[in-house]
Amino acid sequence: MYLYQFFSIIGALILFGFVIDFIRRGLLKEKYSVLWLASAVVVLILSVKKQLLDTIARYLGVDYPPSLLFLVAFLFILLIILHFSVVISIFHEKNKILSQELTLLKNSLREAGVVPPDEEEEVKK
Amino acid sequence: MKVLEPKTLIIIPAFNEAVNIGDVVRDVKKNVPRADIVVVNDGSYDATASVARAQGVTVLSHPYNMGIGATMQTGYKYAKTKGYAIAVQVDADGQHPAEEIAHLIEPIVEGRADVVVGSRFLGKGAYRPSFARSAGMAFFSKLVSVIVKEKLTDTTSGFRAVGRPCIEYFSSHYPDDYPEVEALVLLHKKGFSIMEVPVKMAERAGGRSSITPVRSVYYMVKVLLAILVDMIKKWN
Repeated sequence: MYLYQFFSIIGALILFGFVIDFIRRGLLKEKYSVLWLASAVVVLILSVKKQLLDTIARYLGVDYPPSLLFLVAFLFILLIILHFSVVISIFHEKNKILSQELTLLKNSLREAGVVPPDEEEEVKK
Repeated sequence: MKVLEPKTLIIIPAFNEAVNIGDVVRDVKKNVPRADIVVVNDGSYDATASVARAQGVTVLSHPYNMGIGATMQTGYKYAKTKGYAIAVQVDADGQHPAEEIAHLIEPIVEGRADVVVGSRFLGKGAYRPSFARSAGMAFFSKLVSVIVKEKLTDTTSGFRAVGRPCIEYFSSHYPDDYPEVEALVLLHKKGFSIMEVPVKMAERAGGRSSITPVRSVYYMVKVLLAILVDMIKKWN
């Protein structure tokens, strides 16, 4: 076993362990852990099975197989970030709808003769 | 106007406009006495809400600053739930003279258009933007004219009136920031008819415009991208 294999195996295992622990402690939703776990598993497999990494590298024309590990990890990171951008956009939209409904609800309260709590101060002015 | 006047709502989006909002509301009340007014306060730090409320109009206050698009949309959602037949957008900075509102509403009442945009460039008034600004405005007007296959002269104007079907559409779909140009493309895509009427507009009465040189570049890029994306979008 080469030294780089040792390091990337350790790295992948640490990542896997952290993600599982985060899920266990409720810090990370399963939904958002799938890509992290997948990247840890793929990097782990490619690090353990040196022949597999070498074969793929040769097929792709990559002279130095370990650099393929970087490429794989990089692509996973891109995928994860893109996934987060999509999730943020969805949250943005939901947050907007929520706030708009809150705004309209506050007005309904006012129409019903109740001054919404956070606006009392403003009324006193 | 006709005896059977449809229920009309004037939507005034406002962010830190305490200086102007009072005069704008008074101006609208005087010129369109039978319309209801709603001021959508987009998380202002100043007294915008209380100044508007002192005028006896409905004020909807966002919990935080959400941008002009979300602010307009809150107004449209309000118009939808309250059953208004016509909604008119009027800026809180005093740029849109209330005496022109009747001209915007008329084509909708008569069923000649779904959306009416008040244009500064149809001969009325003497609005003279800077060179860079007018070049940008002309560019978008040309582009949108090509897309909607109709000659439009002032696509960045936020002085507009819409009928009930558009109120319903806007309450579920409205662009987030710099929405004016994009909204026209969306409306066209949905098959609504767009019409322009000449209006005169004033320079800002007080305060400062939100458009700075750096932002105007962002504006151009963002709006252009939004238009291109709208043309291939699936969910609209």
